[in-house]
Amino acid sequence: MSAVYLLKRLLLAIPTLFGVLVVVFVLLRVVPGDPITMMVGLTASEEDIARLRELYGFDKPIFTQFLIYLGDVLQGDFGVSITRKQEVLGLILGRLPVTLELSLVAMAIALFGGVTLGVLAVYRPGRGGELLADGFSGLGLAIPDFLWALMFILLFGVLIPLLPISGQIDPRLGFDAVSGFYLFESLLTGDFAAFRSVLSHMVLPAVALTIPLAAIIARVLKSSLQEVLTQDYILLARARGFSRLRIVLREALQNALIPTVTLSGVQFTFLVGGTVLIERIFSYPGLGNMAIEAVINRDLPLIQGIVLTFAVMFIALNLIIDSTYALLNPRVRHG
Amino acid sequence: MAERRGALASAASDARVLFGAAVLLALIVAAAAAPLLAPHDPLEQDLLASFLPPAFQAGADPLFPLGTDSLGRDLLSRLIYGARVALTVALVAASLAALLGTALGLIAGYFGGWVDAIISRLVDVWMAFPPVLLSIVLVAIIGAGLNSVIIAIVIIDWTRFCRVVRAEVLVQREQDYVASAVTIGLGRWRILWHEILPNLMPLLLVLITLEMGIAIIVEAILSFVGLSVSSDQATWGGLIQEGRLYIHQAWWIMALPMACIIVSVLGLNALGDGLRRTLDPVMRR
Repeated sequence: MSAVYLLKRLLLAIPTLFGVLVVVFVLLRVVPGDPITMMVGLTASEEDIARLRELYGFDKPIFTQFLIYLGDVLQGDFGVSITRKQEVLGLILGRLPVTLELSLVAMAIALFGGVTLGVLAVYRPGRGGELLADGFSGLGLAIPDFLWALMFILLFGVLIPLLPISGQIDPRLGFDAVSGFYLFESLLTGDFAAFRSVLSHMVLPAVALTIPLAAIIARVLKSSLQEVLTQDYILLARARGFSRLRIVLREALQNALIPTVTLSGVQFTFLVGGTVLIERIFSYPGLGNMAIEAVINRDLPLIQGIVLTFAVMFIALNLIIDSTYALLNPRVRHG
Repeated sequence: MAERRGALASAASDARVLFGAAVLLALIVAAAAAPLLAPHDPLEQDLLASFLPPAFQAGADPLFPLGTDSLGRDLLSRLIYGARVALTVALVAASLAALLGTALGLIAGYFGGWVDAIISRLVDVWMAFPPVLLSIVLVAIIGAGLNSVIIAIVIIDWTRFCRVVRAEVLVQREQDYVASAVTIGLGRWRILWHEILPNLMPLLLVLITLEMGIAIIVEAILSFVGLSVSSDQATWGGLIQEGRLYIHQAWWIMALPMACIIVSVLGLNALGDGLRRTLDPVMRR
């Protein structure tokens, strides 16, 4: 891929990132009431408030505050969590692998499931496969991950109690992943009891996150496969006597994947954003769960840090999707 | 004009549109006539009658057709009153988000230049935040309550309208009718308001319908997290949150409001989808 294209995309991300920093800063400052009272509540004395204001630099002019904030963030200093009395960055890095692992597993399932359904839909048009794919994408796009998660809780918590609906691993196993990536680490260290437990806890939240993305991939892939299949080179392949399956998988799929990746791009970020609520629903100890706790506890530095982390993940994800698009599509590559 | 009537007639005969309109009508009736329809006061507690199952389960009380919650409040009445909150949020938040997003999208698309650059950058920045997290943080800052929920939805979702409207204005701007309007000397605002905006109406109608579904979900999410209206007022999300706690004792407390949300959202989606297909001349062909 052309280095110039990538560089251009990277440079475009800088003003966005700067804007994000401004919003994160302003969000928690130019609001009714002041962040300190928001943190300590109404019971604190005037002196305590004054002392905290000074400690967090709220007594300085707003522009100076922003410069200090900017400098701190660029040096990797996200401040100290008020409720947990620990460095925000450390707290975030401790939870980030859990959320990343969950998101990556969900994305993998979505890609596999969505592509399978999309291929199934065009392999034999008008048959059960197409109906299944259409029905799935219709429902999957209309109903958000939040409701799928609750439905799974009803289904598996009450009717068929096969899978755990809360937590990340059976605590009795005493397994602790040093890296934070529980699934990969338990597999690599050969602790299969832990692996099974982590996997079974991950299934429901991952599938709930997966459904909307899988639905859009299936829908977009189906229509782009249909379009590709009318082109001349497919006709040629058919004339040469290739089977329908081979034509779809080997000739059409690669070209149809390009629009699929771009058009599903936003949904990839929605999947990552969806972890906030899904982790809360399944008591999954990731970044999102910590975010909601931070909001409930009014832990300002932690909220700021987590929102910023998610924004950086979104920007990075968009860059990756754009690069994939460029990698798959030669016209962009040389453009 | 005849063509427009044709489009509306074909919209009315579309199965998706009919289903969606029926769901919307049911929501409106439930919300408007809640005091008449609800068999009980939604706040009336009867601790001796808590966790009563709905009529289709054994042990049901005919006084409470859909059962009761942990404080013995009638679920049917709470669901009906919950429709009020859902519909209010859906209508107000979707219209305001449409207003803000359309205004900015029109300006960005038609005037271009630095105005467009600023608005587009703003949209980029906005798209970099996870919407659910941002809405939770916003409401936590402004303070819980129905107004905050609406404000949060507007602040977050105006970009949906802005992006689509901007792209559409870029297309419309190059059309002959705009060129002739310029030739006869109409002002730029007049062209934007009287010539271009009416052509965007079908598109906006579709987007608002879809946004209403999104708003209902966001309200439910914020109620679920405990940030919407106060906990004794009945909301679907609040009921889900309560039902989650008693899921092993009384699963229907969670299942019933979920069913309400799912039907509403599917209905609004079907309506939006159906309208898109029948109103958009390109898709109609």
